[in-house]
Amino acid sequence: MSAPSHPRQVNRVRRPLMYLLASLGLLVMATPFLWMALSAFKTRQDLTASPPVWLPTQWTLDNFHALLDQLDMPRYFLNSLIVAVLVTVCNLLFCSMLGYALAKLDFAGRSKVFGVVLAALMVPANLLILPLYVLMSRLNLIDSYAGLVLPFAASAFGVFLMRQFMQSVPDEVLEAARIDGAGEWYIFWRIVLPLVRPALATLTIFTFLGSWNNFVWPLVATNDPGKYTLPVALATFANDPNRTVAGGNGMLMAGSLLVVLPVLVVFAVLQRHFTQGIATAGLK
Amino acid sequence: MSLSIGPAADDTAVSKSRRATRAPSPGGGSRRHGRRSLGRRNLHGWLFSTPFLALFGVFMLFPIVATLWMSFTDFGVRDVRQPLEAQFVGLDNYTKLFSDDTFLTALFNTAYFVVIGVPLTIVLGLLVALLLNNGIDRARTFFRVGFYAPVVTSIVAVAVVWRFVLDPTDGLVAGVAAELGTKAPDFLGSGTWAMPSLILLAVWRNLGTVMVLFIAGLQAIPTEVREAARLDGAGGWQELRRITVPLLRPTLLYATVITTIGYLNVFEEPFVMTQGGPDNATLTVSLDMYREGFNFFHMGYASAMAYVLFVVIMGITALQLRLLKDNTR
Repeated sequence: MSAPSHPRQVNRVRRPLMYLLASLGLLVMATPFLWMALSAFKTRQDLTASPPVWLPTQWTLDNFHALLDQLDMPRYFLNSLIVAVLVTVCNLLFCSMLGYALAKLDFAGRSKVFGVVLAALMVPANLLILPLYVLMSRLNLIDSYAGLVLPFAASAFGVFLMRQFMQSVPDEVLEAARIDGAGEWYIFWRIVLPLVRPALATLTIFTFLGSWNNFVWPLVATNDPGKYTLPVALATFANDPNRTVAGGNGMLMAGSLLVVLPVLVVFAVLQRHFTQGIATAGLK
Repeated sequence: MSLSIGPAADDTAVSKSRRATRAPSPGGGSRRHGRRSLGRRNLHGWLFSTPFLALFGVFMLFPIVATLWMSFTDFGVRDVRQPLEAQFVGLDNYTKLFSDDTFLTALFNTAYFVVIGVPLTIVLGLLVALLLNNGIDRARTFFRVGFYAPVVTSIVAVAVVWRFVLDPTDGLVAGVAAELGTKAPDFLGSGTWAMPSLILLAVWRNLGTVMVLFIAGLQAIPTEVREAARLDGAGGWQELRRITVPLLRPTLLYATVITTIGYLNVFEEPFVMTQGGPDNATLTVSLDMYREGFNFFHMGYASAMAYVLFVVIMGITALQLRLLKDNTR
């Protein structure tokens, strides 16, 4: 598995083996996705065929039609989108503000605030949802976008990420701006933010996806199906004992495909930012 | 925002006084100058911190304290309207927990999930990272994207997919087994197989995160170190054991800690795939807490569960940090 000891000689033999292993692994990883994507377009006969068929013998959109008949997918899609956009905008602003303060402003209490951020990284959501539910009920924010967005409007992970990136902004640039008479907000907004654009892209992707895939809180904070996000709607549908069993699996695969596909496409296009983000947040 | 926007003459003081505050320069005039800008700097620091700290206070600090308080009460469905009227019951919830067979089962199941799932995820993640880092030079991005893809998908959606893949009548695995002339077990309907099936899903979904961490760690190892080892005659296995793994220790530590925390909180997989069944075989602590809290509205009792889980998480994390750090030398 490790690097061969005499690269030139051994590589000839090993390299094809490595590629074979990696390809096999990749195939295993991709199998559930392929099965989902193909099953979504299968007829009922194909879905229950034994032995199973990989490719639909007859391609059909029936599963999608049936799904859209039973579930208001556009509504859930819109809900997920609105919540994710709002959460992302809030995080971009609030996390970079604190990230900037922690990286570049030498103020009394800075290390304490950083301690708070590190502690917040460790707190599991489980510890919060019970009183949060009570709080949101008292504020009449159950079944509202505000109730879905506010608890996620600033993340410790985001602050940590922005701080890491902002530390690499040279102090001289900021000093020069201060000597030229720029205010702190101006420096932050006009000088620092444009310099850390890659970090903002990374944070956007992570936050958006985190919100898009978030499940436990939206499950707790919505009772009205009109306010369900996609995962809540899908899970509720999948666990509904009254769901029409006939063709049910086809509909579920169609639904899963609609949830997963946009994310996979965005990921494939922007993948560089993911690996960067994880590595930065993870190693320092 | 009440912060100054655009160039403001006063702000130059901030930069000039940087040194002055560390080692106050003599002379009354510049001293006053320094103190004033010190105040400004503190003001800006706190202004930039305010949004995060306010949200943290309301949506994290307050709930942490409130959960603790709720765990000492019989907080129920009526109390959602009148939270302060919940009856104080002392340690009752906690003592009840440890004679509650369902909770003890959930605790055991969660431990099972972590003890099998974490090492599997870490080892497979490391193997894939080594494979992609050392054995693959063309199409590296393609492979990396492929292995990482499950991480970005909704757990709910992939759990729905896996449920179908493992379906005993129409599922992929059952079909393949039938073709090979054997019969696949009813994975999610069997007390023996349900938990391993959930672990399989978790490993499949999380191995990409661990892989990316290890690839970053591997790339931080200077090539000179490896070349030196090779010149000294270290073989592939020796190099892995004596050079690569020891140098990856910080990554290993971080990956183990975050994977363990994630797995201790496992919720979506059993919620979607098995609803905790069959016969509570996949009931985890988080799922038990959700049910007690939001299906039965025993919110005080559920809060005690949340705290027990939290204490377990903190304890295990502290232990891991100590163990893995001590081994560094």
